[in-house]
Amino acid sequence: MHSALQPVGPRAELIADLMLLFFAVSAVVYVIVIAFLVWAIMRARERAVQLGPAATAQADRKSKVAVGVGAALTVLTLAGLAASDFIVGAILRQPPADPLRVLVTGHQFWWEIEYDDPVPGNRLRTANELHIPVGRPVQLIFTSRDVIHSFWIPSAMGKMDLIPGRTTNEIIQVSQPGTFTGQCAEFCGFQHSKMRLTLHARPAEEFDAWRQRQLAPAREPQTQEARRGQQVFMQSSCILCHSVQGTAAAATVAPDLTHIASRRTIAAGSLPNTPSALASWVLDPQRIKPGSRMPASRLPPDDLSALVAYLTSLQ
Amino acid sequence: MTSAEYERERAEVEKTWAEKPGWLGQLMVVNHRTVALRYLVTTFVFFLLAGLMAAAMRLQLARADNDLIGPDLYNQLFSMHGSVMMFLFAVPVLEAMGIYLVPLMVGARNIAFPRLNAFSYWVFLFGGLMIFIAFALDIGPEAGWFSYVPLAGPEFSPGKRQDFWAQLITFTELSALIVSVEIIVTAFKLRTPGMTLKRIPLFVWAQVATAFMVLFAMPAVMLGSSFLISDRLVGTHFFNPAEGGDALLWQHLFWFFGHPEVYIIFVPALGIVSEIVAAFTRRAVFGYLPVVLSLLATAILSFGLWVHHMFTTGLPPAGMSFFTAASLLIAIPTGVQIFCWIATFATGGRLRFHTPLLFVVGFFFIFIIGGLTGVMVASATLDSQFHDSYFVVAHLHYVLIGGALFPLVGGIYYWFPKMTGRMLSERAGRWQFWLFFIGFNVTFFPMHILGIEGMTRRIYTYSASSGWEGLNQLATGGALMIAASVVVLIANIISSLRKARTAGDNPWDAPGLEWATSSPPPPSNFVRPLVVTSRTPLWVTPHPETVIGLPTGIRSVLVTRVHDAEPHHISVFPTPSIWPFLSAIAVTILFIGSIFTPWALVWGAVPVAIGLIGWFWPTKEETATHCKYEVKPPREAPPPSEPAELRL
Amino acid sequence: MCSRSSEPRERATAALLSPYRAGVASVVVVMLLLCACEREERQFSAQGGSSPSAASMAPASITLSDLQPGVSTQARRGERELEVNAFSISEGQRLYEWFNCNGCHANGGGAIGPALMDDVWIYGSAPANIYATIVQGRPNGMPSFRGRIPEQQVWQIVAYVRSLSGQARKDAMPSRTDSMQVKPRQVALPREEPKSSAPPSGNQP
Repeated sequence: MHSALQPVGPRAELIADLMLLFFAVSAVVYVIVIAFLVWAIMRARERAVQLGPAATAQADRKSKVAVGVGAALTVLTLAGLAASDFIVGAILRQPPADPLRVLVTGHQFWWEIEYDDPVPGNRLRTANELHIPVGRPVQLIFTSRDVIHSFWIPSAMGKMDLIPGRTTNEIIQVSQPGTFTGQCAEFCGFQHSKMRLTLHARPAEEFDAWRQRQLAPAREPQTQEARRGQQVFMQSSCILCHSVQGTAAAATVAPDLTHIASRRTIAAGSLPNTPSALASWVLDPQRIKPGSRMPASRLPPDDLSALVAYLTSLQ
Repeated sequence: MTSAEYERERAEVEKTWAEKPGWLGQLMVVNHRTVALRYLVTTFVFFLLAGLMAAAMRLQLARADNDLIGPDLYNQLFSMHGSVMMFLFAVPVLEAMGIYLVPLMVGARNIAFPRLNAFSYWVFLFGGLMIFIAFALDIGPEAGWFSYVPLAGPEFSPGKRQDFWAQLITFTELSALIVSVEIIVTAFKLRTPGMTLKRIPLFVWAQVATAFMVLFAMPAVMLGSSFLISDRLVGTHFFNPAEGGDALLWQHLFWFFGHPEVYIIFVPALGIVSEIVAAFTRRAVFGYLPVVLSLLATAILSFGLWVHHMFTTGLPPAGMSFFTAASLLIAIPTGVQIFCWIATFATGGRLRFHTPLLFVVGFFFIFIIGGLTGVMVASATLDSQFHDSYFVVAHLHYVLIGGALFPLVGGIYYWFPKMTGRMLSERAGRWQFWLFFIGFNVTFFPMHILGIEGMTRRIYTYSASSGWEGLNQLATGGALMIAASVVVLIANIISSLRKARTAGDNPWDAPGLEWATSSPPPPSNFVRPLVVTSRTPLWVTPHPETVIGLPTGIRSVLVTRVHDAEPHHISVFPTPSIWPFLSAIAVTILFIGSIFTPWALVWGAVPVAIGLIGWFWPTKEETATHCKYEVKPPREAPPPSEPAELRL
Repeated sequence: MCSRSSEPRERATAALLSPYRAGVASVVVVMLLLCACEREERQFSAQGGSSPSAASMAPASITLSDLQPGVSTQARRGERELEVNAFSISEGQRLYEWFNCNGCHANGGGAIGPALMDDVWIYGSAPANIYATIVQGRPNGMPSFRGRIPEQQVWQIVAYVRSLSGQARKDAMPSRTDSMQVKPRQVALPREEPKSSAPPSGNQP
């Protein structure tokens, strides 16, 4: 479904084409070498027990030529493959014009995503879901807050590591709207498996509208229950790690929840964003992602449902 | 000389080279074959345990969202599997083949530095036991066999799990360094007269190339693991970017060792392939010189491509291109060897399709796929997709199992009669081969596809919506077939060991010197050193000429010159000793102690010093023997036509 | 043949050695087991995590008295964790920063709040005392974290705070963090002997 061989953007297409070239060349080489091997073995099975020295010497002269030709062909093939790799690499390294800049920071075990903007008020923080406009190249700037992670969306781009103390970057460009999945590719601890992410590519206007919506501070709770949920949020452990723009919650060590209800998944792509999943996640994250950084909040049932009501209201 | 005299000489030599009796004698053994067999059995046990860990992981991955094994245990399992297979199985088992075969193949009576050899085994054994006991106590390594910092550093891996891993590296690398020194000296100085450089068996060349790789690669990882343990134990900042360290420094140190490591495993296996191909085609491998040069080229080139494990760390473009080119280049020497073997098949005598050859043919079918996927991951551009995905898992198993384990199992079938005097069952061998061959491909071929579909390495679970479940189930099924094939191998070995010794000296009619002596060989390997006149001595004559006149009452070994193997002087080899064992215990105490306190380096050095002093303390008797028998090499080099003066 | 004659000997020695080896191995295993298990366990959720009992986590179950509640089962469990478990101390170290303890106490040297790595304990140095201090808060600035920090996490912070003055097992302490070195290496510091707690007064340092 999401495969490196089903690319959705021009850059991933180039890599996929190169991959097909390597596959094709390899298949031909394999068939030829194995054919020679099988031929040699078949021939040797119906031969005299041992060749005489004269016959061996004569055969060796032929072999010399054959091995020499084989070695030369190997060199040529490899040179061709190297050249194609260098060409594709050079194309991919060309800096794009007017890219959208997005900062991606790796955390155990989630992705912090920040859209860069000269106006500080327009910098947008979100998590685990990367939204990009179709057609426009996006420059991703990576770093990590803890251990090494690696950002990978097979159908859209190759990997790039997120290394503490360094920044790396990579371009992603998608030419068709859609949702594409990926996950952390560098082993990063207990929940490396569930450090997933999704890429949402959408037309430019839709993307701009999404960005505007996301920039707005959190919606004030509308219902009685949501208001109570907000109180629960502010008085429990949630507030120590999470932030909700427009409220007192401003911690940055865990994902920003200002628009949590607009996301499709929670817990870095491990669960669908439904009220019941949300409730079970808050109640005992360690059952769903053992070793993740979020502690269990064993709230009484009505506090829990109020909290979920509040969170689901954060559109 | 009459045959009675010969028999008397034989009895005397056997008596001189015999090991000490009793259980204490078992700890004092210095015979290279006994040590090698211990290595083989130990590594095989470690292989079984690491294989069981792999089976447990395959069971966990057989279903999406499976909760059979949690992340804590799973991380320890794959870290142990990788570390054990690399450090406690693949490298030492092929070294063990070298320890067993190199002295026999060059016609030596023992390996060079036999006590050191015994010491290396004990160190290896204690290191292996340490890591398995640690794993059983929930202190198994948890950051992978590569232990990337900062995940393996003091902040993100609390406790002592990674320290045990780092000391495992120190243990195994120490023993590997010792063995490589012995192999180099044995191959260059203890060759029997007449075995010039051009007549050295290809397996010995492969072992020599490997030994040099070990000498240059292992220090890098020992340095890295020492940095890691001092970061963790005493809070140094080698890998802390905030204090001027660098997380990537670890990767450079590790892969500068880690890439040659692949060839350290794979090159000796190529030597096994060469020996088996020659024996079963009844001709010397075509293209001796190109094959030897390919082995040496592989050894040298393998140090120029470590960065292809780091293509996704954001390196400068020039570096990426250089390491792509270097990584592609190393395919050439391997290709040349494959062509030479095919030419050998094409021009040899009638093939005898016994089990060893079957495994070698399996090697071709599997390893070439691994080599070709290796060309793919060598491309920096493609590697951005393949890196750390299951494609790489497939690739590395095709290379290591196809390239090293298949030849190794073939080698076990081939040399088992020499080691034990008994043949392994051909029928069971065929069963094992087909179970292994099919099971292997069913397990690992689907992983190529999984990798392209986005399945990353080292994940303990995956969601059902990923669409990876079917191929994972297939892979788990294949893993069960591999397990069945290993069971067949064990059954085959056990049932063969119960039979009588009927193999004879040379059951395959093979050309190498190891087949010129009895099966298993006597304590001194050969009653008298043989004289060699060809690359395939036993095909020239089944009973080569011998050197006479070596003193029989002492452990005398003929030392020859490096290039032409002309006799140079006699060396008196050491007798069995308990000190290597005691020194190994002292070293073990030091290494394990330094996991917990840096003071272990100070106080732990005392017993090590005592052990070494006891080991090297000269006795009057020994000194007298050395003075009497060891002829000093002449000060000035003798004229090339004239061998050094000998009192034979 | 020499090798044939050696065979019974080999068997005999193997028989001789195997009980000996097994004995040594089992002694070593037992000895290591005693010291290793508790240090290495990674306990992700509070004990009995599969059946969360709301009562044990409820703020009300924490005593409000200033007297030492050192005998409660939770306290004892917390104490054990703190003395021996490397993962708990490491988690405490992370939470100490995440929950901004370093905002007042700096990295243990003290700033707005009192130092934690010396031998002076105003409200008691026992794990249960520190637990109570965190949960209840103290006059002159220490806020109450009741309901804010789940119980298990409080115990982890207690473990870390006590390790700052060397009260935890050396082999369970982290040697350094991946950040600027702001304090001496914890494992190299001497263990402070906590002084008897001074009575809470209005003017603590």
